[in-house]
Amino acid sequence: MTPEEVKHHIKTYVLVFIALAFLTVVTVAISYIDLGVKGGIALGLFVASVKASLVACYFMHLLDERATIYWTLIATAISFLILIFLPVGAFLAQARIY
Amino acid sequence: MDIPFNVKERPDTGLYNGKLGIWFFLASEVMLFGGLFSAYIFLRTGVDNWPAGTDYLDVPLATLNTLFLISSSVTMVMSWASLKLNDFKKYKLYTLITLFFAFAFLVVKYFEYSAKFAHNPPYLPSTNNFLGIYFTMTGLHVLHIIGGVLVIGYLYGPGSKMWNSDPERFTNRIEIVGLYWHFVDLVWIFLFPVLYLL
Repeated sequence: MTPEEVKHHIKTYVLVFIALAFLTVVTVAISYIDLGVKGGIALGLFVASVKASLVACYFMHLLDERATIYWTLIATAISFLILIFLPVGAFLAQARIY
Repeated sequence: MDIPFNVKERPDTGLYNGKLGIWFFLASEVMLFGGLFSAYIFLRTGVDNWPAGTDYLDVPLATLNTLFLISSSVTMVMSWASLKLNDFKKYKLYTLITLFFAFAFLVVKYFEYSAKFAHNPPYLPSTNNFLGIYFTMTGLHVLHIIGGVLVIGYLYGPGSKMWNSDPERFTNRIEIVGLYWHFVDLVWIFLFPVLYLL
């Protein structure tokens, strides 16, 4: 990375920081709006996902990484999703029992 | 004997070894926290009435902590960028600010936990499932913050001597600890709404 590229990145870091601070306020604000449990969870997690994407793409430089890292993360994401949806499988099994 | 590919990229992975190592470690961390998020979903969907975070937790304090962590993330990446620009003094400054925000996070967490224990009756992990998963997830996260502070502190102090002997390798070390630190920030970005707000 050349010094000019690094300087360009620094401007992006500041913008991402401002966006993260703003989205933190948005996250708190929407918790005060009555969207119902499902609506609140969906919107809250959506904003959190946007914030997480900004951190991953810009601070962790995932927009411009090697294929090895992308493949590692794809394998991780698949395993993570299996883990998260395990409770759903458990409830479906429970529903069949009762 | 020198360990190969500490600075130069391996031809097969396109990465220096430390960077691939930290990404493998972060992948294992995703599974560690993923297991706990899975447990949270299991507990929450298993009951009709799950308490609101505001019943037990202090949202303004947690919001402040969120701002501390995202601030520490930007100063962490700035410290790496400073080294890329050959500016060691700025590296020191940004790392010191990162450590300050990390300590501020820990102090706020101390007050948060203290308030729970001092409550009458005390709010303990054994009080109910909500507090059990809250203390487990935030406690594990705090341990990660402490681990990060130790490594960043070392690279601010005695570890920074490497800048004089092997600047490229030192810059890579900062990139690696930065990736870890951003991951810790990323976990908090989800913990905050899940436990405190939703």
